[in-house]
Amino acid sequence: MADYKMHMLVCGGTGCRASESKKIRQNLDASIQANGLEDSVQVVETGCFGFCEKGPVVKILPDNTFYVQVRPEDADQIVAEHIVKGRQVKHLLYEDPTKQEVIADSKDMGFYKKQVRIALRNCGFIDPENIDEYISRDGYAALATCLGDMTPEQVIDTMKESGLRGRGGGGFPTGLKWQFTRNSVSEQKYVVCNADEGDPGAFMDRSILEGDPHSVLEAMAICGYAIGADTGLIYIRAEYPLAIDRLKVAIKQAREIGLLGNDIMGTGFNFDVELRYGAGAFVCGEETALIHSMEGLRGEPTFKPPFPAVEGYLKKPTNVNNVETLANVPVIINKGAEWFASIGTDKSKGTKVFALAGKINNVGLIEVPMGTTLREVIFDIGGGIKDGKKFKAVQTGGPSGGCLTEEHLDTPIDFDNLLSVGSMMGSGGMIVMDEDDCMVSVAKFYLEFTLDESCGKCTPCRIGNKRLYEILDKITQGKGTKEDLDRLRMLGNVIKDTSLCGLGQTSPNPILSTLDNFYDEYLAHVEDGRCPAGQCKALLQYKIIDDKCTGCTLCFRQCPVAAISGERKSPHFIDQSLCIKCGVCYEKCKFDAIEIV
Amino acid sequence: MAKVKSLADLKKIKDEVQSKMKLRENSEQPEKMVQVKVAMATCGIASGAKETMNYMIEEFDHQSIEAVVTQTGCMGYCYAEPTIEVTLPGKEPVVFGHVDKKKAQEVIETYVKKGELIDGVIPVNYKTIDE
Repeated sequence: MADYKMHMLVCGGTGCRASESKKIRQNLDASIQANGLEDSVQVVETGCFGFCEKGPVVKILPDNTFYVQVRPEDADQIVAEHIVKGRQVKHLLYEDPTKQEVIADSKDMGFYKKQVRIALRNCGFIDPENIDEYISRDGYAALATCLGDMTPEQVIDTMKESGLRGRGGGGFPTGLKWQFTRNSVSEQKYVVCNADEGDPGAFMDRSILEGDPHSVLEAMAICGYAIGADTGLIYIRAEYPLAIDRLKVAIKQAREIGLLGNDIMGTGFNFDVELRYGAGAFVCGEETALIHSMEGLRGEPTFKPPFPAVEGYLKKPTNVNNVETLANVPVIINKGAEWFASIGTDKSKGTKVFALAGKINNVGLIEVPMGTTLREVIFDIGGGIKDGKKFKAVQTGGPSGGCLTEEHLDTPIDFDNLLSVGSMMGSGGMIVMDEDDCMVSVAKFYLEFTLDESCGKCTPCRIGNKRLYEILDKITQGKGTKEDLDRLRMLGNVIKDTSLCGLGQTSPNPILSTLDNFYDEYLAHVEDGRCPAGQCKALLQYKIIDDKCTGCTLCFRQCPVAAISGERKSPHFIDQSLCIKCGVCYEKCKFDAIEIV
Repeated sequence: MAKVKSLADLKKIKDEVQSKMKLRENSEQPEKMVQVKVAMATCGIASGAKETMNYMIEEFDHQSIEAVVTQTGCMGYCYAEPTIEVTLPGKEPVVFGHVDKKKAQEVIETYVKKGELIDGVIPVNYKTIDE
């Protein structure tokens, strides 16, 4: 085996792959061969580094040099300069946007400093398509310990003591769930991994499956041992092709060396994993709907009880866990429940992965201990708001969550705290908004999503959400009244109380929380016919400031609907009845003579 | 491929891969081990810095000393190439000059293993902007 003196880790997550990281890898390989260095430098394609904002990322070890926004044609230079001559390629290093200083070592980046990576422990570190590298990080040791030294009850007790709660949104204690499924008497039981990640802007589960698929397989086998199941099913959306490929490779490798299949490690325990593809319906993240979809039925939720733990897939007891929940399991077995329980807050243990998105400098995937404040996540790790704008709100929990404001920034993030301030943990999407975002439009955007994704089975969700959407639309058109605001609140609460599943029970959250936190903004829309953020087109007016207008006729010539009139060298005029608010005049004017009111 | 039959089998795979993964594991926490930076600018390479670096990597490996050996740019001591900077855990970095294989061996045996200074230390004669 070659004795490598340097490793080059190239991000092979979906984001970086879209920016040609595959080509970068090929070019690096070629360049290393051309320099005759193939025995001393190893190029590895890993999972997501999390720093998607500046992808594709190439990290060089052992010196931890972190190159960002690398292009395929940079490969030669990296090899020639960094590898051969030992000089960093300056223009590819990361520059801190707030301090304007160049940071070469990833350990010095604010983005990584506050993170604690448990679920993401191997993402961006190992080659996900190489089971040996997973094993070298104590992979499958937890399964060996469970099978060799622990009874199923002891495994469940460990999970209970660790305090791990479901990371898919519900926050239900994982150990308890396993216990319920174990208690159900049946010859056949199933372990299901819920990889139907549907929140807009969320990619936690995808990244774990792409970066560390074995951790999920190992956890499923442990769960199978604990509850008495021999079959595992991963329900994954077909729109995650890379995750599916890597899972297939991982399953094949685990079978080859007998870590999946019959008589695992000579203990007589049988367990195998199969994939089931979903068509990408949001509601199928709900466990009963997910199970129906796997059975080939319509993806519609059914009333609980019976819980899947009693009657699930093919009417057999089924334990459904989310990807991130499972990724935590092997570490808990290896390091002990006590260690895990020492991280986090009183009732929420461990860490949580978040997908940071929106108007934030460091868009990406992060993992922090429970109890970290929103401020730390947004400003320290996320690097603050883009273009120096002012923070306005953060939406946690995706379309089911709420919008939190400045005053909530110091709230420690955990399941209960987020609920108490009117939002939720959800699966971990976190979308940051700045002063330019109109909260009514934001609520409308989320509702449009849930409206689209509602399965239509129960009336409150199918019809209620439609009515909510119509009212919001009316408000953004400037035709709303104050009574509409009361109606929104009342209808929202009715939908929450009467919907069948989590989708309808949470869909009004974005409206209710923005009504609570940004009531003034709603009022401005309905009473003054004004959109404070300047986003609702119907409420805007473009006007020409006479003093500034030089009469250059540029706007007059650019206006697509000929709404602007006026003589050369004298102030122009916009006919509001003709104006379609396209904003062309505003963009083209060289004298700042056009204002938005 | 042989089937994994026990925790011991897993350990065996782990040990086999370990030497390959050690470099990655160590670079996660360089402050806990011996860090060596080899100046590898043109003058360093011309004076044999590459051989020095390879020798040190092999020797640390051979003697099972936990160490991270990285290359760096010109340190400015072109008169004393190859130069290396050695940082023992919890100590200030020390720069050695004229480090050929023989000198490297001395550095490892005397400074790294026993913590005793040897001839050839280049005093720090400038301040960096961090200080």
